[in-house]
Amino acid sequence: MTRNRPGLSLLFWLAASLVTLFPIYWMFVVSARSRVELFSAPSFLIKSFFSENYLNTIHDPTYQKYMLNSIVIATSNAILVTILALLACYALSRYKLSGKENIFFWTITNRMAPPAAFLLPLFLLYTQVFVVGDWKMFDTRIGLILLYCVFNLPFAIWTLRGVIDAIPRELDEAAYVDGASTLQVLFHVILPLARPGLAVTAILCWVFAWNEYLFAATLTSVNARTITTGLAEFVTVTGTNWGQMAATAMLTLIPAVLFLALVQKHIVAGLTFGAVKG
Amino acid sequence: MRSQTLGWLFLAPTLLILAVFGLTPFIYVLVVSFFDWNSFAADPTMRFSGLSNYRQLVFDTGFLMSLWNTLKFGIFAVVSQIVLGYFLAQLFMKNFPLKGFFRTIHTLPLMIAPVAVGATWRLMTVPGLGPIPYYLNQWFGYEFLISRFAGQAFLTAVIMDIWHWTPLVTLTLLAALSSMPKEPFEQAQIDGANRYQTFWYVTLPMLKPAILSALFIRLMDAMRTVDEIWMLTGGGPGSATRFIGLYIWRIVFPKTDYGYGSAMSLITLYLTIVLCWLLYAGLVARRDLRKPE
Repeated sequence: MTRNRPGLSLLFWLAASLVTLFPIYWMFVVSARSRVELFSAPSFLIKSFFSENYLNTIHDPTYQKYMLNSIVIATSNAILVTILALLACYALSRYKLSGKENIFFWTITNRMAPPAAFLLPLFLLYTQVFVVGDWKMFDTRIGLILLYCVFNLPFAIWTLRGVIDAIPRELDEAAYVDGASTLQVLFHVILPLARPGLAVTAILCWVFAWNEYLFAATLTSVNARTITTGLAEFVTVTGTNWGQMAATAMLTLIPAVLFLALVQKHIVAGLTFGAVKG
Repeated sequence: MRSQTLGWLFLAPTLLILAVFGLTPFIYVLVVSFFDWNSFAADPTMRFSGLSNYRQLVFDTGFLMSLWNTLKFGIFAVVSQIVLGYFLAQLFMKNFPLKGFFRTIHTLPLMIAPVAVGATWRLMTVPGLGPIPYYLNQWFGYEFLISRFAGQAFLTAVIMDIWHWTPLVTLTLLAALSSMPKEPFEQAQIDGANRYQTFWYVTLPMLKPAILSALFIRLMDAMRTVDEIWMLTGGGPGSATRFIGLYIWRIVFPKTDYGYGSAMSLITLYLTIVLCWLLYAGLVARRDLRKPE
């Protein structure tokens, strides 16, 4: 579309990255300081690295468990949601289902509810209704994985609907003429073309699940607590342990960045496949 | 004609999960909203009170103020994010060195939990601890105190939201841009369209579903933000950043006024649905007019 000026782009991105990175850098600065150092005049430089903040978290088995729970919950939820949303969007896009626009809109409304009022009914459901013998859904990973679908599925369906609608129907039809089954069309025609969209959807669902706080804080107690509830535990009545909180937040970035790098490859794959070249 | 049953089968798991974990609590909240129920009150039992919770809402200036603030917050933040996100996504479509690296950096804010984002921004803006008030005062003699000045607190909340969520818009639009077929663009070039015409008649209509989805998701999420703002300002100063999610939380938890909180939640949900529906109808209808089937 426009002429390429790599030098200019590079300069722009350097500047933009500074803005993006500043708050993260500040979090790092705070994480590297002791309580005493923190309350002296603000400075951008890190003179000494106060590693205790990090070591306290790393060696604490509670935080190790929180981290593992977060990884398991976010990853399972992202995979589950992406698969279900792909199927749902394919159905919404290609089949003449009665009332499908209303169904589509209803799924979206599930994300609009302010969460606070829904905590109580969910707590009651999880402790009293979803109970099998000694097993309760309260404080389990599967409980959070399924619950997070309520706000992630609407998101994924919203995003993927556009992506699937944009894939020309003629491609499906051609495959059907060649004798492909519906599942073959889904996996060999739709899936490769929708890949950038699927990757982005998976990343963002993962992020939403990883970041969720209110439900995790209410619906878990010991076994399935996630790292965000762990972060909030640093805020106490007697004061906040900012240093260790920042250090823990920095540590939570590591799995997030790894996951990001893993999935972003598929956006790149998509970019080379169908990119609009100017 | 392929079988309809298969379509319903594809939809079934989604609908089942949403019914169990979304619709069931919704019905509960709906029922409770018709009751007077406060576990700290003199009479902690549930008493049927008809529409009195809803009547109370109309006269609750705190609620109305908070709703208005939330709407302002949502519009300021989301419009900036869409414009900025589109601009950045277009830039990512070009080739330049270290592209993958910059894309990862640009996506980083998304990966930080809202609780931590709120904490970081609070640490940057708290007087005596954060660099922003310190240097604004040192260099420009400007007094920056988000715990006192409502406008500054509101603006900080908006900027924080833009910083945190623009990457979402960029990624969504980038995915859409990169999966677009290139024939329409070539056709436009052959027809001699200039850059502005190509944007207005080719890119924009094709990008519309993606822009819409980013717009709605961001608007919905902005309308129910709780944890970020709770960490940043706790809703203050006064009620400047006491957005609706936080307001409901305060009614349901510290005050345990379940009936009233439920009614408020439903009205907010209803208003969000109406707002989104109006936007949806307005934007989608215009597209359908242009594209006769």
